[in-house]
Order: sequence, then C-alpha cells, then structure tokens
Amino acid sequence: MALLEVENMHSFYGHIHALRGISLTVEEGEVVTLIGSNGAGKTTTLRSIHGILPPREGRVVFRGEEIQGIPAHHMIKRGIAQSPEGRKIFHRMTVTENLEMGAYHRNDRKEIQEDMVRVYDLFPRLKERVKQEAGTMSGGEQQMLAIGRSLMSRPKLLLLDEPSMGLAPVLVERIFQVIEEVNKQGTTILLVEQNANVALEIATRGYVLETGVIVNAAPAEKLRQDPKVREAYLGEI
Amino acid sequence: MTTTQEAKSRGAALLDGIKASSWSSRLAVAIVAALVVLLLIQAVQDPGQFVSQLLIGITNGAIIALIALGYTLVYGIVELINFAHGDNFMIGSFVGVTVLSGTFLGLGFFAPIDAGSGAGIKIVGVILALIVAMIACGLINVGIERIAYKPLRNSPRLAVLITAIGMSFILQNLGLVWKGPSQISFPGLISDANIFAGITDAVAYRWKDLFVILVTVPLLIGLSYFIRGTRQGKAMRAVAQDKEAAAMMGINVNRTISVAFLLGGILAGASGVMFGLFNGTTVFDLGFRQGLYAFTAAVLGGIGNLTGAVVGGILIGIIGAMNDQYIGVRWTDVVIFTVLILVLVFRPRGLLGDRSAVQGGGGE
Repeated sequence: MALLEVENMHSFYGHIHALRGISLTVEEGEVVTLIGSNGAGKTTTLRSIHGILPPREGRVVFRGEEIQGIPAHHMIKRGIAQSPEGRKIFHRMTVTENLEMGAYHRNDRKEIQEDMVRVYDLFPRLKERVKQEAGTMSGGEQQMLAIGRSLMSRPKLLLLDEPSMGLAPVLVERIFQVIEEVNKQGTTILLVEQNANVALEIATRGYVLETGVIVNAAPAEKLRQDPKVREAYLGEI
Repeated sequence: MTTTQEAKSRGAALLDGIKASSWSSRLAVAIVAALVVLLLIQAVQDPGQFVSQLLIGITNGAIIALIALGYTLVYGIVELINFAHGDNFMIGSFVGVTVLSGTFLGLGFFAPIDAGSGAGIKIVGVILALIVAMIACGLINVGIERIAYKPLRNSPRLAVLITAIGMSFILQNLGLVWKGPSQISFPGLISDANIFAGITDAVAYRWKDLFVILVTVPLLIGLSYFIRGTRQGKAMRAVAQDKEAAAMMGINVNRTISVAFLLGGILAGASGVMFGLFNGTTVFDLGFRQGLYAFTAAVLGGIGNLTGAVVGGILIGIIGAMNDQYIGVRWTDVVIFTVLILVLVFRPRGLLGDRSAVQGGGGE
C-alpha cells in the first residue's frame, strides 16, 4: 500500500476551481516531484493534502487512513510536515526557537535536542546563527531554517515547496544534497519545484501539472527524456 | 573617533534635524517642553501635592493599562480592534457589584457585603467579586469572538470592524437593561484613609490606591510569565507571527485565538471591579470612555506591544491626573488626545513600536 494516495482531488479558492481532479501516489521511501509552470496548482496540491486548503471533493489517504477534512494542525502528529512556499519561518523568533516550534507537539526533550543537533549537522550555517532573529537572515539561510524546522517533527512524509526559490546555484546544489540525504535517512518526500532540472535529478518519479490537472506521470528518468517536458520545463528546444 | 568628536557630530546631526523639521513639529516640541517646565515648577513649589498626583495617576493608569492589554493582545494576534472590549470592562464592574450585593436574578445568596461588614468578609467579598468578574468577562470575550468575529475572519477588515462596533452597542444596551440608566454605587469596602497619615500629611496615598497596585502587579507578572514561559504562550507568539505556519507546527490556531480573547477578558473583568471599588460607582456607558482611554493607551505604547500597553496606560493616567490638578478637568481629554496625536506624528508605531518581541510580529 502506498504511503500517500490522492484520488480525484478538487480544490477551490473561492469560486476559482484550482485543482480539477488530482490523483497521485507516493510510495514509502520515494522522492516524488510535481513540476509545472506558475499557477498550475503545485502549491495548491500540497496545501490541499496538508489540510490547509481542505479539498472540496476526492480522497486523501495517508498510511491507510482518510485524512481529507482533518484540520491542518493534526497532520504533524500523523507524520506530515511541510517546508512551505515563501518559507513562513517565524521572523521574530531566533533560529533555535524556530526549530523548537517544529517539535512543538513533542514532549521528549532529549530526542528534540538530538534532532536539533542533526539539523545543525545538515546545515552548519544555521549553527553559527542559533541566537539570531530568523527574520534578519538571508533568503538562503531562511530556506535552510524552513527545511530544518520541518525535519524537527521526524516526518514520515515531507512536503517541500520550492526549496530552490530565489537561491544562488551553489546553495541550490547544497539544499538538494541535503534533501537526498534526508530521503536516504528514511523520509519520504513530495517535492514541488519550478527548477525541473534539479528536481528530476533526485526524484524517483514525477508528475506534470497543467492548470489543475495532471497531464503526465512517469519515472523521473523518462520525464527527463520526454521531448515535451524538455521543451516546456527543462529549457531546451 | 574620540568622544568629543562624537558629541560634536551628534550635535551637528541634531542641528540638521532641527533645520529639516517643519514649523508645526517645532511648535509641538516647544509646547510639550513648556508644559514639562511648568510641571517641574509646580513639583518644586509643592512636592507633596505633585507626588500625590503622580501616585493617583499611576493608580488610574493601572486600571487603564489592564484594559489596554486586552486591546493589544487581541490586535497582536488577529489584527482586530475589539471595540466591545471597553463594554466588557463595564460588564465586569456590573458583575462585581452584583456579587457584592449577594443577590442575583432575584435570589439572595448571602447578605450584601458593604462598608459595615467585618474585615474578613470584606476581603473574601473583594476576592470573590474579582474572580467571578474575571471568569465572566473572560468567557464573554471568548463568546463574542466565537459568535461575531470568527465567522468573519476571512472577510474584509471593514466588516469585522463594524461587527465589533455593533458588539459594543449590544453589550452597552445589555448593561442598560440589566442595571438601568443611572449610576450604580459600589459599596465602600476599601478604606479611603491615607496610608501615610501618621507620617506626613503632604503626600496622599490611600489604601484604595495600594489595592489597585496590589491587584495589577501580580496580574501583569502572571501575564508576562504566561506569554514568555508557557507552551500556550509560545503558541500565541507563533500564531501572531504566521497562522498558517503555526497550524503546520501542530498548533490549534482557533483555540489559541480564543485564549488571547480569554486573557483580555480576564484582565478587563479585574479592571472593572477595581474601577468600581476605587471610584465607588459605575454606569452602563462607562465602557465607552474608559475603553477609549485604554485604546488610546494601547496605540500610544504601540498596538500589539504588551509592554507598550502598560506604559501607555500609566502615561495616560499620569497625564490625566497632572492635568486635573494643574490645568483643569475640562482640559484633560484635550490634553490626552493632543499627546496621542503628537506621539503618532513623530512615532507612527507608538512609543515602543507595534508588535514587540513579546507578542511577535511578522508578515511585513
């Protein structure tokens, strides 16, 4: 059984029909990526799975249980965490406090400390700034913090929304190294990325989204060779 | 750079600042400076009276500060001015006077507690009145949020604003129906006598004043501990900064907002009973005036900033008391709101800035 199964999911922003029947699966241990242009519904898909924008129709099954309609704040206990679009870190809190918030639902202090050490090992830059107010850090550092914060809950499924947004190429490489490492340590990842090149490099499978509909689904290797995908999303003619 | 050079350049910067300033702001500074000088002259001429007024100001300010905290807590977390808050404070004073009367809904629970009761009964009565009013106002505030504000959380700001004003009128009229249009007198449970009576007659500080401080300080310490030290407080800071991210962390955003309203209501309830016991009277439209002072205090200190609300409240209390004594009661409102306008012209975010680290901010 798949870790996550989404079946015919429809979501709306007011009257705008943003997702028109999305179906996808994520198997345990995979890195699955959603690619597509701006406004295709990638972020909306993550928000709908997470319960922040509850889908109006369809089913979301996570570890064998239907979770559509369950409020977002119950998801972290079930094992879903997200590093959202725009990072959404707590600007007026320090780096440490932000990471602590990622483990807000947990009471095991010792393990939380261990997880924090693990995040600092993944992102040594954050370690240098433990006491700094998060809002005063650079975009790249904030992105690292957002990913680190989402790891603090030891998620079964990690939703990553545009982790490469606005970052220098060197940093993009570093962040994707970390994502691969996190995946190897046993976290399943659903990755939304505009930078399809990098995404398809680390992903096992990919879905292509266009205006709220999935138009293509295939192993990452195959998508990379698909002429249509190459033209539209990989910047090749 | 040496210190003299530094001082020189700072002086030059100040001079540049003055040159760049407009005539109106120079005039404003001159007026404030003149008032401060006048005040200092009075302080030197009759220090006893000056200190007495200062202490009265602090007492009045403490009552205002507790209400102001309710405005600022709620604003800090949902960016809504809860105009019904002042009227909730009025309800608090009504609840307090009802508890002390011992009679509710025509049922007599115990004999009225008044000036003639024994000291022990008075103390129990005051504590009971405070606790009941705090619980009642806390729950009323939570109820108002659930019924009137929560369904509108995603509507345009104006809709919620009008709803808040509507809630204010509803509470005011409920007060009118409950106790009628005339002034309600509070029993004189706390002594009017001067604490310093045996030592000096120059400074007047009554047991009443001390009572207000003795209730306010623990409440402020408790609130500060709650926000900084508890899990729920941490959740409040997170929700104030980013509701969606807070939900992702497993925080129940709706419940956290309710807690903010609960805290605000509790403080308003305490403030209402204190106001009644201190001034000996309350009336159904009390909330409008006191609420406006408290709202002013919150804006003065920087709305969303908890320390700012306390500083603003005490400042307004002191300005009011000084003005009552040295300029005239009729001018008090004029002076208070002039100060507000002046502060906002020079520091649009209030004295301490809006959304302090205590409350948390974000979303800029």
